[in-house]
Amino acid sequence: MANTISPLFGHNGAPLSESADTARATLAGMLAVRQFEEAVDSLFARGLMHGTMHLSIGQEASAIGACAALEQTDFITSTHRGHGHCIGKGADLTRMMAELLAKQTGYCRGRGGSMHIADASTGNLGANGIVAGGIPIAAGAALAQKMKGTDRVVMCFFGDGATNEGAFHEAVNLAAIWDLPVIFVCENNKYGMSFSTEKSMKVEHIADRAAAYGIPGITVEGNDADAVYAACNDAVLRARAGHGPTLVENITYRWKGHSKSDKNLYRTKEEIEDWKHKDPIVKFENRVIELGVLTREECDAIAADIREKIRASISEATTAPDSDPAELLASVYRAIEGGN
Amino acid sequence: MTDRIITYSEAIREAIGQAMEADPNVFMLGEDIGIYGGAFGVSGDLYHRFGADRIRDTPISELGIVGAAVGAALVGMKPIVEIQFSDFTAQAMDQIVNQAAKIHFMLGGELSVPMVLRAPIGSGTGAAAQHSQSLEAWFAHVPGLKVVMPATAQDAKGLLLAAIDDPNPVLVLEHKLLYKTSGPVTEAAVRTPIGKSHVARTGKDLVIVATGVMVSRSLEAAAALSEKGIEATVIDVRTLSPLDMEPIEEAVRATGRILLVQEAPKHVGFMAEVSARLAEGKSLYSLEAPIKRLCGMDIPIPYAPQLEKAVVPQIPNIIQAVEDLIREP
Ligand SMILES: Cc1ncc(C[n+]2csc(CCOP(=O)(O)OP(=O)(O)O)c2C)c(N)n1
Ligand SMILES: [Mg+2]
Repeated sequence: MANTISPLFGHNGAPLSESADTARATLAGMLAVRQFEEAVDSLFARGLMHGTMHLSIGQEASAIGACAALEQTDFITSTHRGHGHCIGKGADLTRMMAELLAKQTGYCRGRGGSMHIADASTGNLGANGIVAGGIPIAAGAALAQKMKGTDRVVMCFFGDGATNEGAFHEAVNLAAIWDLPVIFVCENNKYGMSFSTEKSMKVEHIADRAAAYGIPGITVEGNDADAVYAACNDAVLRARAGHGPTLVENITYRWKGHSKSDKNLYRTKEEIEDWKHKDPIVKFENRVIELGVLTREECDAIAADIREKIRASISEATTAPDSDPAELLASVYRAIEGGN
Repeated sequence: MTDRIITYSEAIREAIGQAMEADPNVFMLGEDIGIYGGAFGVSGDLYHRFGADRIRDTPISELGIVGAAVGAALVGMKPIVEIQFSDFTAQAMDQIVNQAAKIHFMLGGELSVPMVLRAPIGSGTGAAAQHSQSLEAWFAHVPGLKVVMPATAQDAKGLLLAAIDDPNPVLVLEHKLLYKTSGPVTEAAVRTPIGKSHVARTGKDLVIVATGVMVSRSLEAAAALSEKGIEATVIDVRTLSPLDMEPIEEAVRATGRILLVQEAPKHVGFMAEVSARLAEGKSLYSLEAPIKRLCGMDIPIPYAPQLEKAVVPQIPNIIQAVEDLIREP
């Protein structure tokens, strides 16, 4: 049975916090990302998960608010910090967990791990271990939509650091000159690993870079799910209407280290604490309670429900078979149908 | 000269520190090499010792970083570039292959590119297909580049110092599983010559030729085989370009059997070159059994730990391959 958080496809553009249904879905999505990652963090700490991983705790409003602007049939490309995008597009939590636990039932049959989850059924064209690697791919997927005459769009996630790669600049320019239906969503969490945006670029905002390619750029309070949704919804409408790409910059912050080897030497405890006070989940919860859209009890019930889903994902994934070495050699190339 | 036991990472850091103290033109550039101390902790405290100007943190811009190193090298600096994972040399390939490798030859010989590019290679850390490759054959295939793969802490230091001295672009490919291993390292700034294969162990029954982390695995296998009465010579190729075949051929003449071990996929890998050179030379007549290669499988590196182990040679695989080779008529 699928273990997913139903995303909000086809929403009408009103603030997510305005109705009980959208508020519930948004909160559920953000809590799922948070709790999924807290769970994998603890599995890792207990030695039950291997490799490395990149957690997006603190950035949940960006992934969930942005994906809320999409339709089921739209595509995303994601990054090394991609659990949120994956969940936001409707991935199965158990298959994600199974992938991280290196199981045969995982999204990549245990071959990819956290950094490489893709889910064709939800239009997720893949997380990426290469910084900026997904950006030209997003442009290409959008080019295909244009050539085929569909009305699907591609949402392309990447970090602030990725915008210093040539791939970003080449891809945004291509998308701009061809008016491609792509939304470039930069999750500006202030650091590319240890290097701050203050040091890595001379412009103040990533969104300023849009001007160089003649497309709109907008800087958004990335920890506000309503604000992210509003900006992304505008960009999606624009893309779907054939007016080309937009660069949306969500200002956010990662609470955890870059990866498992980070000693946080490049930032202060105070800075991290400050941002914890801007928790996107608390912010959204407070807003919907204040607006009388949901009660505290209803919010708690959503959290409890998610906790159950995460627990189920771990217990189901843990008992799944380990990924199978026997099939590896036959897996490098896709077989030619009816051929040899 | 005194030797201490230090790690492979410490040995690299010591080499960089000594080179920077000796020559103000030596500087380092790369991602997160400053206060973070490097993705694998190699640059460590160098930032505090030499400052942000010479231990130069960069944005995530591999093509730009390598290109800047090429340009600085052209006009007299001695840059050491750190690429966080060797897989990301792919981003910088134009500057490595079309620029650095060719400038000296193509522009008539007056200019040269005394650049060092260090990058971690190999699998074994659960980082999956885009962070685990062994791409040495790519670079060894390009005339104009020198390629070294230190297998010990001493050579990590010695080959790096030699690379810094060298007036040509040198790629130093460091295996990430070796960073935390230790060994005796000379305190003085001694060089390990580039272009010399190294006989790490001698034995009469066969020769094992290996690169990178496969050198220590081969030595361990050789120790285990010795208890079973099989004595192997182990040769650490150390420099892939230019390749020194002499000790390998000599060992073939002495033992008549050869096993070539690499982590990289077999197809068109570096050991194919060693094999071809042997087949082209007179030492071929000394062989009592066909040349045998033990390599990584021809697949991307998978994430799952049991899969990751299964796709590259481990010590028991080397022992098995040697036993098979010895049994050949
Ligand atoms: C081409 C390339 N260079 C370097 C890296 C190593 N690396 C992985 S993530 C990362 C930082 C990325 O920063 P950003 O784009 O801001 O994303 P964030 O991690 O902050 O989400 C770096 C340097 C890589 N994976 N790929
Ligand atoms: Mg970032």
